[in-house]
Order: sequence, then structure tokens, then C-alpha cells
Amino acid sequence: MAFLTLLAKYASDSLANNDPSFKQVRALNTPQKTEQIHTSIWQEEPEPDNPFAAKAAYCHGYDVYGELLGQARWIEMLFLLFRGEAPTDSQATLLDALALALANPGPRDPSVHAAMCGGVGGSTAASCLIAALSVGAGQLSGGREIYLSMELWHACGTDLATWHTRFATPADTIASIWPTPAHPPGFDPHGVSTTTPVQQTLARLAETSDAPLLPWLQANRLNLETAAGIPLAMSGVAAAAFVDLGFSPEQGEMLYLMLRLPGAAVHALEQKHLGYKKFPFFSIELENDPAKVTP
Amino acid sequence: MNGPDFLHQHTDRLKSRMGACFPGERAVFRGHDLHAELRDMDWVELFVFGITGRRFPPQQLRLLHAMWVYTSYPDARIWNNRVAALAGSSRSTPTLALAASLAVSEATIYGGYPSISAFDFFMRTRKKIVQGEQLEDIILSERQTRRIYGYGRPITSADERLPWLLKRAHELDLDQGPYLQIAFDVEQILLADNPLLRMNYAGLVAALSLDLGFSPKEFHLFRFPMTLAGMPPCFLESSQEVEGAFLPLSCAHILYEGKLKRPWKSRTTQPA
Repeated sequence: MAFLTLLAKYASDSLANNDPSFKQVRALNTPQKTEQIHTSIWQEEPEPDNPFAAKAAYCHGYDVYGELLGQARWIEMLFLLFRGEAPTDSQATLLDALALALANPGPRDPSVHAAMCGGVGGSTAASCLIAALSVGAGQLSGGREIYLSMELWHACGTDLATWHTRFATPADTIASIWPTPAHPPGFDPHGVSTTTPVQQTLARLAETSDAPLLPWLQANRLNLETAAGIPLAMSGVAAAAFVDLGFSPEQGEMLYLMLRLPGAAVHALEQKHLGYKKFPFFSIELENDPAKVTP
Repeated sequence: MNGPDFLHQHTDRLKSRMGACFPGERAVFRGHDLHAELRDMDWVELFVFGITGRRFPPQQLRLLHAMWVYTSYPDARIWNNRVAALAGSSRSTPTLALAASLAVSEATIYGGYPSISAFDFFMRTRKKIVQGEQLEDIILSERQTRRIYGYGRPITSADERLPWLLKRAHELDLDQGPYLQIAFDVEQILLADNPLLRMNYAGLVAALSLDLGFSPKEFHLFRFPMTLAGMPPCFLESSQEVEGAFLPLSCAHILYEGKLKRPWKSRTTQPA
């Protein structure tokens, strides 16, 4: 049988290590040289007495401890790290305002709820943030939604007709580690109208941005919401802002995950101190309880 | 019903068919009393029962065990394992080390993504074959739009795990399924074009799991701890060494390829 022949071939090729690529694997087992991490972000110079300690560190060419420290703001450093250049005045103001708007999604947000589940049980600090990151990574108000929304902004820009076409196009059903999107990214599937904080954030950011998307979104929000069939969400505003700031979808996803962590952290700490007796446990209705099944 | 009316229906009370704990009394697991009915299950059996709601016969469970065992490599150089080792060396906790290592395993060039993608490709391919399409045409069409996962490897084209898992599947008489046959047929066509595109572990595990009746989501959940057993040794070894001794990097280990040194000049009106 053909299959058994194939099986025999695999066994003889690999088990006997006759395959040339196995020799390649053997070679990998023997350290030959100092390996290096390639980076265009960070350069370090060693202390004269210790090659494992940096005397100076340069971020995209700027002396971090000798010059940036004391002369640059945190938000400038953040922009510099991701974009490789210092932000303009309006870029720094926009990112600063966006970071403030995203800093705390509040205790009702699933990512913060997850962090509080860590805090209330006395879990490690990192696990509380990991919980917030994992839950806040998804396609409903999470990092993946930012990624998808930014892709949409890149594809549609300020062309309302293209937005209509994209909203009418069914989501790709090819299996992935992510589920098939269930709503247009950047919009609130359970929303009734655009919430006040979303409107306030959009208005403030649109006023600040000197790039095209946020001002266009501010002017065309109602048309876009009509096309989507649901109201704009904070994630949609954030995605437009990240595109206006020149970030890629991958960068926007990362930044969004990071910028929402402060709220998760403080709410986790608060619940740790308040204790589990004050934290909701909720009731459960088991639909197939074997103790209630009649024989 | 949508919006707040829909959400109101779900507030404060969880409806579940998956299970509940009745503290001090009992626990229910997918409609069964965990202690009274399921206590003799081994862990993998309970794990896949939790995922699928189905009971797997002993020979299928042995194959599922084998899928995990054969790819549990305690080599701390491997990227996901290295996370566990770095955590040990940095004196983090075992749980944080393993959780991070597993999370990292849901990667694009290995682990989660190739597995799911191969699974999905085989599923779609069989459907098309049943509808009368030729495998060559399916592969050609697929390669025009996306990469076919389940074939080739980042470091070497050979996959040392395959003969062992195939041998176990054969011993258990679980190597006759239609998806496994498709996986081999695809390999023959790909190899004719590129000798490096041999089937890899993701492809084989996906095909065997399809033949066991897993859905994509069930498979994704099942494969999650696939490399877990290799991680604790990596954590342990580095945590038993002097702290910071796991693959320390000197400044010379950084090869800078960016902008030359330059003086900082803030472009904002509100510098620090």
C-alpha cells in the first residue's frame, strides 16, 4: 500500500538521520560564534569594566540617559521608540490626548474586569496585567479590533463609498487563531448611539490632528455609522488616531494594549485591598444539572 | 433584540451547560458530577471531554497523548521555551513562566497559526474533492492566494517527529482516515515543486485530528498545551543556576543598524 511505503520512507529517512537536513540540525547544536541581536532601535556602549553593563544607550541615535532624560517627555519617547523620529508638536499632543483617553477603560470593561479577577484573588501583579492584556486583545474593544480597524482605515481612507463596499463585504471565513469578525471593527455592536466619551474624545483629537482621518471622521461620523449600522466605538477613534500618527496596524495594536494597562493595574490593586467579599461572584443557572435530572 | 435589551438579559446571572461548582457539596462538569462520574478519567481524557463533550475511546486517547509527548522538547533555545527559561533565570514564578511560554506558542511561523491553518486547508480541500475538484487544481488555486501551512519548517525541512507519530497512529489503526491520505497526497504534489516542502508536525497533527472528528475550535483548544511538558525543565534548569546566568547578552551582542548618533531637539512647544 502506498501509504505504508511512505511511512517506511519517513522512518528510514529520518530515524537513520540520513537526511542532509539532519546534518544541518546537528550543526546547529554546536555553538560556533557570538550571536547578535539585530536592531535599528537601540545602541549600547559598554562600561569599560563590564561588557554586560551599558555606559550609554542610544534610542534611534539619541542619547537616552545623557540627553533625552530631562529634555524629552514620556510621550515623545514613546513616539520616538515606535516611529524612529521625534514627534511634531501636534503629534505629541495627539498621542498624549489619546493616551489619556485610553488610560482607564473602567471597571466594566472586560479587560479591567479580568485584571480585577486577578487582584481580588491576590494573584501576581504580572498575572493581573496578563489577564488584562489577554482579554483586551480581542476583536471586541481589544487590540485585534484596533488592528482590523486600522487596516480598514488604510483601505478606505476618506472615501465613504469604499467604506460602504467594505461593510457590505462578508468577513473572510478562513480559519485563523482569531475568530471570524462579528461586527465592523471600530464600531460598537451593542451600542444604541455614539456615547458621550467617544464624541468628546473624537472632537478633541480631531481638533488636535493635522492629519486627514480624524477631522474627516468628525465631519462624517453619522454617515459612517449609518453605513456600519452601529455607532462608532472608542476603538474606532483610537484606530483613526493611530493611522493619523503614522503607526502601522501592528504598532497601533501594541500601543493600544499598552496604553489601556494603567486602569487595569489600579483597579486590580483596589480589588486586592477591598477583598473578595465585596467583589461580585454572580449567580449561575446550570441548564443540565445531573442532580435535577429526573430518571 | 439588541443593544441594552440584549445585554440586560445577560446581567448578573450566568446560564451554563458547561458546569458549576457547588462549594462544600459537588462540582458539575458538562452535565456530569465530576467526582461521582468522571473521577477515573485521565487528565487528557477530561481535557478533550471538556472541549468536545465527547468520550474518546482508549486508542484515540493514546494518539492524542502521543501528539503532545512527541513534541515536548526541553530545549531552552526554542523561542517559547526560552521564555520559560528567561523567567527562571530572572527569578519569576513558575506559573508566569509557563503561562507566557504557552501564550507565545500561539505563533505565526510555528505553533498555533500553522496548525489551525493546516487544519482549515485540509478541511476545505476535502470538501472540494468531494465536490469533484482535482487536488492539483485546489493546490494551485490555494497557492495563488495564500501559503499552504503544514509543509516545510523554518530551520530544516525534515521533521523528526513524523515517523514516530505515524508509527503510533499505525499501531493504533488510526492511520486510515481520509484527511491523512489527503495530507500525503498534497505533500507529493508540493514536493514535485519544492523538495523542502515536506509535511511537518503541524500538518500531520491537523490531519490526524480531523480524522478524529475535531472541529477547528476544538482542535485549537486541544493543541494549546502541546509543547507544555518541555517547558518546566527549561524553567527549572535556569532557575537552579545563578540568577541571570541564562544566555546573558553583552553590549557586543547587539548589532545596531539604525540612525547615527544625533543631538536631541524637541519639536514640541512643551518640552520636558
